[in-house]
Amino acid sequence: MTDEVDSANPTRRRFMAGAAGLAAAGVASTAQADPKNLPPNVAGWSKTLGDGVAVRPYGHPSKFEKDVIRRDVQWLTASRESSVSFTPLHELDGIITPNGLCFERHHSGIAEVDPNDYRLIIHGLVDKPLIFTLEDIKRLPRVNRIYFLECAANSGMEWRGAQLNGCQYTHGMIHTVQYTGVPLKLLLEQAGVKSNGKWLLVEGGDASGLDRSLPLSKALDDCLVAYRQNGEMLRPEQGYPVRLVVPGWQGNIWIKWLRRIEVGDKRWYTREETAKYTDLMENGKARKFTFVMDAKSVITSPSPQMPVKRKGFQVISGLAWSGRGKIKRVDVSLDGGRNWRTARIDGPVLDKCCVRFYAEAEWNGEPWLLQSRAMDDTGYVQPSKDDLRKIRGVNSIYHNNGIQTWALKSSGEVENVEVG
Amino acid sequence: MSKSVSLIIASLLLASPALAQEKKATPRNYGIGQVATPAQIAGWDIDVRPDGAGAPPGKGSVKDGEKIYLEKCAACHGEFGESAGRWPQLAQGKGTLASHDPVKTVGSYFPYLSSVFDYVRRAMPFGDAQSLSNDELYAVVAFVLNLNDIVDDKFVLSRETWSQVKMPNENGFYDDDREKAEKAFWNSKPCMKDCRPPVRITGHAAVIDVTPDDKTPRTGGVE
Ligand code: HEC
Repeated sequence: MTDEVDSANPTRRRFMAGAAGLAAAGVASTAQADPKNLPPNVAGWSKTLGDGVAVRPYGHPSKFEKDVIRRDVQWLTASRESSVSFTPLHELDGIITPNGLCFERHHSGIAEVDPNDYRLIIHGLVDKPLIFTLEDIKRLPRVNRIYFLECAANSGMEWRGAQLNGCQYTHGMIHTVQYTGVPLKLLLEQAGVKSNGKWLLVEGGDASGLDRSLPLSKALDDCLVAYRQNGEMLRPEQGYPVRLVVPGWQGNIWIKWLRRIEVGDKRWYTREETAKYTDLMENGKARKFTFVMDAKSVITSPSPQMPVKRKGFQVISGLAWSGRGKIKRVDVSLDGGRNWRTARIDGPVLDKCCVRFYAEAEWNGEPWLLQSRAMDDTGYVQPSKDDLRKIRGVNSIYHNNGIQTWALKSSGEVENVEVG
Repeated sequence: MSKSVSLIIASLLLASPALAQEKKATPRNYGIGQVATPAQIAGWDIDVRPDGAGAPPGKGSVKDGEKIYLEKCAACHGEFGESAGRWPQLAQGKGTLASHDPVKTVGSYFPYLSSVFDYVRRAMPFGDAQSLSNDELYAVVAFVLNLNDIVDDKFVLSRETWSQVKMPNENGFYDDDREKAEKAFWNSKPCMKDCRPPVRITGHAAVIDVTPDDKTPRTGGVE
């Protein structure tokens, strides 16, 4: 693209690209159409043959959707192998995340596991230690479940104030897919957990060997040992061929490339549940084992990467989720939280899963301060960022589920802001 | 009624209550999966707990650890654990946890020796995981502790000396208390009208300007 606009200011440049110079043209500007493809003319694709079947044996999105991709923030980490890329939430609708767009978080890059050489060992306080092949796991009875997976550090950059200008970056460490897998309970039953077994060590097979302590009660409740996402085998980035699914709980414990489950009688206190994934409070003490992801929501459109192109009727669209149960209601505010209206939830409402919500409004160029507020079926109401900070301070990195504010300006541009 | 049909009905009548009961008592064994041998388990079982359970045989001194550290760790973590560039810092930071700029390191934040040992054993050096011998592992961890003034220059780390190591921030953690400390958030009936005075914008992400440009392709590799 031609970035002559303001090359010293990437954010501004991105705005201009996204809004297609909307400010200059006075809002009512859209992408340029080619008159030779418009009626009364007949477009080229209406006259000639296109690619035949199986020319694209594994289909890809249209070439016109090439900017709908995962993105990362280079200054966040020293290496791409221990880093994160973000789901382009602003470009998606419904609740399911396409497999190739699910955010990534790796600690030692993507392990490329040969399915023939995949093994899962279950041992420790069990009657019979077992080793499973992928084929073994696929032979067992399976279930299909749709869950969200959110990294505990999602929105972690925003504790001290509005920082990243796009919901891909502020909220994109989440995805929702349908998993196919074996209940972990069933696998544990095959080995027979001894009565003093209380905690599991779950461990990944990549070069970080990520290990976490998982309470047996959760393992027996709703965890899955999954090998498919949205019908096809897991993507390598998501732990191919086998990952752990821990519904409603922070993504770090959804071990990818799952290689080992050890049954023990107490917690391990691994680095990932001490040095990391503990929530530092203002007094210097930290909460530990904060597994559950609280109710949260975000407006995905309009949002900084999805500016408003025309005055008049607008559909405000977003996602809401709770690790404690089902989303019961979502409210939307246009004035920064002074007044609220209840949004319409459309599509499935499932346990520990995202819902899609919509609110409709007329916009005539006046400034909006857009917010959304999720409620779950335990009665939990998504708090404001200030209410969270009052209790937790600004050092906790993880579990920032505060209400997000987007400022819509008369130009149609949208910005991540803090309100007080 | 044919013989086979009546047999099926009879067996269903007999079997179903029995099956239902059996389901409760003993879970079904599918006969899938092999018994894992002690040798198979030993090759993968590398976790270590705070009480030292799982720590391998072997030992290593701070002095030997310094050599290994300078060779295999310092390029990223810095000669004194101060970090080179943006790689994690391993030392210093004591007394900062309650400040505006907390520095979390092995010395200032890790609660247990095992939290460091288990991690280095499985994940470090970054990109060459599980390459250290047990003696090298003990030595390099002893040196990282020494960088943090947790053990003296003469210290030799092993299963025998494991319990002598006391981490400064062992008592710095408490269990998730959100359901109590944040009880106010379970308020089921949030305000809908005139909930607050008019709203002011107090901060702008565009002013901070740290968001990457969507159109910039990334080049690969560890920096
Ligand atoms: C190529 C750079 C590199 C080298 C060499 C390296 N590390 Fe690391 N180290 C890292 C990265 C990156 C992380 C964080 C990885 C993550 O969080 O996913 C890390 C994390 C750590 C941590 C945890 C820090 C914390 O606060 O959680 C310790 C301890 C550590 N390394 C010790 C070592 C030791 C000991 C060696 C040498 C044997 C070593 N490292 C070699 C890059 C390196």
